[in-house]
Order: sequence, then structure tokens, then C-alpha cells
Amino acid sequence: MTTTAASATTTEGRQPRRRNTELLLLVFAWGIGLLGTLQVGWAIGSEPDSGLWITSGVVGLLALVMHVVVRFRAPYADPILLPMATLLTILGLMMIYRIDIAAARRAELNGSPTPTPDVYSQLTWFTIAVILFVAVLLLLRDHRVLQRYTYTLGLLGLILLVLPLAPIIGTTVNGATLWVRVGGLSFQPAEMAKILLTIFFAGYLVEKRDSLALVRTKVLGLGLPRLKDLGPLVVAWLVSLAVLIFERDLGTSLLFFGLFVAMLYIATQRRSWLVIGGLLFLAGAVLAYYLFGHVRLRVMVWLDPWTYATNEGYQIVQSLFGLANGGILGAGIGQGFPNLVPFANTDFIVAALGEELGVTGLIALLLAYAILIERGLRTAITVRDPFGQLLAAGLSITLALQVFVIVGGVTRLIPLTGLTTPFLSYGGSSLIANWIIIALLLRISDRARRPVITPPSSDEALTQVVRRA
Amino acid sequence: MLGVLLLALLANITVIQVVLAGDYRDRPGNQRNLLEEYDRERGPILVGPNPVARSVETGNTLTYLREYDNGPLYAPITGFYSLVYGATGLERTENRVLTGRSSLFVVDRAEQLFAGREPRGGAVTTTIDARAQRAAFTGLRGKRGAVVAIEPATGRVLASVQSPSFDPNILSSHDPEAIREYYATLEADPAKPLLNRPIVSLNPPGSTFKVVTAAAALASGRFTPDSVLPGPRSYNLPDSIKKIRNWNGLPCGPDNLVTLREALEISCNTAFAWLGNELGADALRTQAEAMGFETSFEIPLRAAASRFPADPDDPQTAMSAIGQFDVRATALQMAMVAAAVGNNGRVMEPYLVQEVRGPDLAVLKTTEPTAFGEAMTPLNAVQLADMMVGVVEDGTGSNAQIPGVRVAGKTGTAQTGNDNPAVAWFIAFAPAESPEVAVAVVVEDAGAAEVSGNQLAAPIARSVIEAVLRR
Repeated sequence: MTTTAASATTTEGRQPRRRNTELLLLVFAWGIGLLGTLQVGWAIGSEPDSGLWITSGVVGLLALVMHVVVRFRAPYADPILLPMATLLTILGLMMIYRIDIAAARRAELNGSPTPTPDVYSQLTWFTIAVILFVAVLLLLRDHRVLQRYTYTLGLLGLILLVLPLAPIIGTTVNGATLWVRVGGLSFQPAEMAKILLTIFFAGYLVEKRDSLALVRTKVLGLGLPRLKDLGPLVVAWLVSLAVLIFERDLGTSLLFFGLFVAMLYIATQRRSWLVIGGLLFLAGAVLAYYLFGHVRLRVMVWLDPWTYATNEGYQIVQSLFGLANGGILGAGIGQGFPNLVPFANTDFIVAALGEELGVTGLIALLLAYAILIERGLRTAITVRDPFGQLLAAGLSITLALQVFVIVGGVTRLIPLTGLTTPFLSYGGSSLIANWIIIALLLRISDRARRPVITPPSSDEALTQVVRRA
Repeated sequence: MLGVLLLALLANITVIQVVLAGDYRDRPGNQRNLLEEYDRERGPILVGPNPVARSVETGNTLTYLREYDNGPLYAPITGFYSLVYGATGLERTENRVLTGRSSLFVVDRAEQLFAGREPRGGAVTTTIDARAQRAAFTGLRGKRGAVVAIEPATGRVLASVQSPSFDPNILSSHDPEAIREYYATLEADPAKPLLNRPIVSLNPPGSTFKVVTAAAALASGRFTPDSVLPGPRSYNLPDSIKKIRNWNGLPCGPDNLVTLREALEISCNTAFAWLGNELGADALRTQAEAMGFETSFEIPLRAAASRFPADPDDPQTAMSAIGQFDVRATALQMAMVAAAVGNNGRVMEPYLVQEVRGPDLAVLKTTEPTAFGEAMTPLNAVQLADMMVGVVEDGTGSNAQIPGVRVAGKTGTAQTGNDNPAVAWFIAFAPAESPEVAVAVVVEDAGAAEVSGNQLAAPIARSVIEAVLRR
């Protein structure tokens, strides 16, 4: 950022950039991951192999690359976002590695062929995620650019969302139509759609904010906006129901709906949106329960998993057993039985972590997420343009809701859904999308914390720039 | 608002992992306990330096299989370790040591974690003498009964054998079908092979109880080994028309008189019945309790408490004095009686576990011999020991004679009821002056005569003593 020749105002040199803090935290995160992975080896009695060192090296290198890019392209960004996300990703890699080992040993004892280790795939996905992360930071100099493409991006998001329903390329996996397979590669477009739709919501709400905030009619003592302004909310509700119906994706529709309601609330500052949203949610949930067998099943299993322990409830029951086995301090890394839970390295990775790290480990993990989200929200508060505020808030809330829904499902707080755990779960689409979110947050954060260069005003008669709050 | 969500998550996981965890762990269908146990290399149970129970690695889901060398031989000691029926014997009582979970292992576990070794269990070394165990097992073959041998000076259990026995290998296999089938066979067997005979099976001790009565007599101060007692051919039970007869139908001595010493040597029922009434039930009970009756020992396997009737009337007291009526004893208890006499009257607490070792074979805990109490004065004990030598050398226990060794013993035959066959006993210790072993043999399907104690049980006792002395 250049300064005007005659300015004597604050410039880059004197604002704290905290990039060294970030570097230190990154090293720390990397160290934790390395220690954890070594502990897996200790626990099962095997020597760390070259694969482990290479993986650690690659991870360290990727983290360093990201840090360097941030240092030069978003130097004022929040220093905690990147290390936290890296820590979570590393913990995910560690757990996937650990589950790989368990699967390999079982196969060895059974005489079946060793399954390909997932950790290398996840590492590949991480590399791609880093590349895209760098791309976003390099190509997108100002987040406000996105505001121009609000509707385009929204449309694109919607298309992505319904893409799995397309005939040739869409596929149904485990009862949910979430995947798109193109030339041997499969990905979940919903993850990217999430981001695009968040941008859309942010842009839309900035435009329509005032009319949405104005009270027109009073219904039952509650101030409700006009129907025409309610429109988008209803549309959002209907679309999420449609996703639910056709794709059987409880999780995404929940997320989607919750996100929009939350952003409405933030944009308009009116609690009535929360109430309306809540009511609509309840209505939708009840409707879904009665209309759809698979929803009903999920709720039954949630209420009484023991009855379904050998079939549909097997997953959640094993998850609970695993968590119980973890107790307070955990069974120890490498000493639990995470692979007794189906999909231990994707949906149920939190259960695996809970078993081996105990409640203390899980609390630490949830706090790590909380800190990450809090930094995102802090960015939302400090950035000065409304679009940025809404976008940062929206992205943070997406993460928060997703974590809540999946951890809640896995721990039987709420019925199980099919969401992935950000950064931890094995899965390319999820990892890439979440890192793009981090890149966006860093971009917004950079602008938020960048010192304002106020031009020297020597002439009072000059019009002042009045910024809209 | 988000804070509320976070709190809800935190509260929920705390409930699951802290509050309800124990509950979940015990739920049926939770394989984790089982997998965890079978995932660990369970420590061995040793007799001397040799493992008689050990874990071997297999290629199955259940990583380790428990194997027993000479399964039926050591079955009453090791017990079994079963998928279906849980664990018994030392497998059960020493489980924490064998799985490496005992608090003794805390330091070792931490060390292992950092040294990169798998969690392993510790080793349990028993007090058993392999040769004695084997001698007893061979002796009991084909019969139904039990043998217990202990070291009088310390209380170490040198042998604990039952017949019939079972094969813990089958019960500890990974095949639930086979396990269930075998178990059903064992349960259906009228000879009850699953019963831990040596320490649990209670039988009337019969004439071997006369040792206790004699001890009570000496303790009273009113009698010495040379005291003369009435010993007619039959003894009229007070307040009753019933009589107690001697086993050979003859009086025990000329003029129906017999010394205490001789009465013991020829196992004179009438003299001892009279003695019982003279001493009174309380004196008998006190003596019996001093020797371990009414106490349930945990060696650490739980032994049944041998019994002396609580409040017998006079005829019952007389019957009790000769080891009938409601007197019941385990082989362990009678071995302790013999051991007490041999150990100058001091009763030692019996124990089966010599020491516990960590996975690296470092000794973590050794059992120290503990005294249970003084049952007799040393002088009385020596006198009674001498009398018991007489039983073997001049009396009914001739089959226990070992050339060059002074063996002290007592035969016994107990009636168990009209329909059941008698029970043949023999208790002994040797060498009498400084005993290395005390043994009790009980054969449960003996013939009817008094001689069966000598015929059936004494030879087994002799072979056990020989095995120990020639160690």
C-alpha cells in the first residue's frame, strides 16, 4: 500500500501485523500434530516410517507456503485464523493416519489385502486446498469485488446445490444424493455451494436490508415485515426443503436454512426474524418428520438408539460406546477402537477423537473451533463495510453451525445428519471449501485491520467523505 | 447465541464421557471391553519357572488366545478365561495383574508408552510345586476327589488338584459354539467337574477330625497322650438309644480301655465320642476355629468355610467329635489341620500367589507368609505329631509309610448319608520333626470300610509327600 508523498499519517510500519505471532503458532500447531502422530506409533509399537516424516514435511511446507502468501498478500490479517485452521487440519490428518493403521492391522490379521491409506489422499486434498487458498488470496485483492457478482454467484450456488440430481453425473451414496462424479473424481458440490450462497446472502441482504428491517404489519404482537420482503426467506426455506426431499441431505438443508436466518438477523437487527425462522424451521421439521421415512428414522434412532443398536442405530451406538471408552482422559492415541464406528474417518471422526482423547481432548477441540469462529466473528465486527461484515459473519456462522450439527449428531445431542466436520473429516470437497472460507476470512480480516490512511485535510471547505455506517 | 450452542455441545459430551460413561461401558453389545482385553497380551500364570497359562497371538479379530499347558492338571488353580463364561480361578482374581491394569504397573505402563512397546500384562507366579501337583493328579485319576498340599511353615499351597477336572483350553478358545457345548457337557456331568473341589467341596472329615478332638483334649490340660480313656466296642450316645460303634466292631483295648495315643492310632470311635462329650462342644469348636474352621480364606481364590455345628446337643457333640454329624471340611482345611500340628501349633494363612512380576519380569510384589493364629502350644503339637506318626507306623495309616522318613498322618472315612458312598480321607505331614509338606487327600466315592482311608487316600498322600521331599 502506497502512501501519499506528503502524508505524515500512520503507515504500514507502525501498525502491528502480528505475522510473527502467526508463524510461531503455526510451528506450534505443526509440533502438536507431529507429537500426536508419533504417539500413534508409540502406542502400537511400530517405528515411525519414512511416510510419516515425508507427510510431516509436506504439511509443514504447505503451512509455510500459506504463511508466506499471507505475509505478503494479507499482511494485516488476523494471526490466529491460519494456525487454528492448520491445527485442525493436522489433527484430522493425524486421526486419519491412526484409523488407517487400525484398518491395516485388521486386514493383516485377517489375511485380507491392506486397504490404501486415506491419509495420503487427504494430504493431496490438502495440497489442492492450499493451492486454491493461495489463488484466492492472490486473485482477490478486495472482498468487495464479490459484491458485484451477487446474483451470478447465487445462481451458480443453486446450480451446484442441485447438481447431484442431474442424471449422468449425479450419484447416490448411502441413501443421500450429494455427490457428483466426473471422470473418476467425485466431489460434493454442496460444499462449494455453501460458500457461493453465503456470498449471495451477504450481497442480497446488504441491498435489501432497509426494506427488510422496516416493519409493516403487526401479527400477533410481533412486528412482521411485508410479504414481499419475506419472500426471500420463504424461498430459502422452500429450497432447503427441496434439497432435503430430493437429495435426502438433512444436514445441508438445516445448515442452509439456519445460515440464512442468522444472516437476516444480523443484517436487520430484528429478533423477529429469529422467531419467524424458528417457527418455519419447526414447521418444516414436523412436516418432514411426518412425510419422510428417513427423517422419521433418524429421529427415532436419536431418541432411542439402543433399540436400533444392531441396524440403523449401530453407528451412533458405537460412537457412544467409543466416547464412553474415552472417559475423561481418553483411551490414548492409538489405543482405542475407532474403526468399530462406521465412517470413522469422515462423519464420525469426532467420535474417534473423543474415544482416544477423552472429554478433555474433545473440549479442547471444540474450543479450538470456538476460537476459530470467534476470530471470524471479530473480523465481521471490525471490518468497515456492511458487505464484508455480513460475509465474514456468514462464513463464520456456517462453520459454527456445521460444527454444531455434526458434533451434536455424533454425540446424540440432535439427530444425526450427513455433514462433514470442517478440517477434520476425510474428504476433498469439504477440506477445499473450508480452506477457501479461511482465505476469504483472511482477506476480509486484512482489510479490517489495515490502518486507515486519512488524507491530510488542509482545507475545511473540502467535502468530507461521509461513510455509510 | 452461538455461545449457547457451544455450551450445549460441551455439556452433552461431558455427560456422555463422564457421567454416563460407566453405564455405556457395561451395556450389552459393547464389544470394546472384550476387544480391549483380547487385544492385550495377557500375562502368564507360572508354576515355578514355567508358564501354565499364557497368551498366544492369533490372526483373528481377537488378537490373543489363552493357552494352557496340561490344562486339566492346573485347572483348579488357573481357572479359565472365556469369551462366553467370563473368567474363574486365578484368571479372575488376578485379572488386574494379568491385564497390566493393576496399580502396581503404573510406572511400567508409562515407561512402556515412551519406549514404544505394546501394553502387556504382568506375570503371576504361583506357589505350586509341579511335581507334587502331578503326583496328586496321577493318584486321583479315575476317582472323584481332591488333594491339597501346603507348606506348614509358610502356608504356601504346593498342590491343589481336583478330579475329575476340565480342560480350560476349550473354554478359553475363540469358538463360542465349542465353548458352549463343552460347558454344557461339564454342567451335565454328575461328577461336577467345574466345582473347585480342593477348596470349595465340603465333606464330613470323619476320623481325620479326631486330630482336632485330640488337640482339644491336650489343650484342656486334662489329658495327655497316655491318658486312659474308655474304649468299648460301642458307645451309647447320651439321651439317645443310638450307639456309635468302632469300625471293626471290637473294643479298642483290653478291658475296654485305651490310651489317647492308641485311640488315635487305631481310630477308636467310641473313645473319641466319649472324649467329645467330656470336652464339650465349645472346646471342640474353639479348637476347630483356631485351626481355620468357620473362616473363609481367600488364597486369593475364595475357599468355602469349613463348618463345625453351632449348638449341638450331647449326642450330636459326640458324633461331631468323630467328624460326623454336621461337621464339614474342605481338603484345604484338613491340610491346614495337619500343617498346624506339624508347625508347632501355629496356623499359617494359605496362599497361592507367590509373587507378581511386571512385563519385564521385575518382581513387583511378593506375598509374605502370615500367621493365622496359634492353635496349639508347641509342646502339645509335638506330642500330637508324635501320635500321628504312630498312626502311620503302627496304626491305620500304614500305606503312607516312606522308608527313611517319619510320616505323621491320620486316616478317615466319613459316612455321608445312607445312599451316598463314603468319603475316604487321609491327612499327613512329613518329615514329622520338621515338616516340609502337609497334605490332605479326600476321595469322594470310596467304599464303606475304614480301611478305605488307608487304601485309597493314603497312597496318594504318600506320592505327594515323596514328590515334595525329593524336589
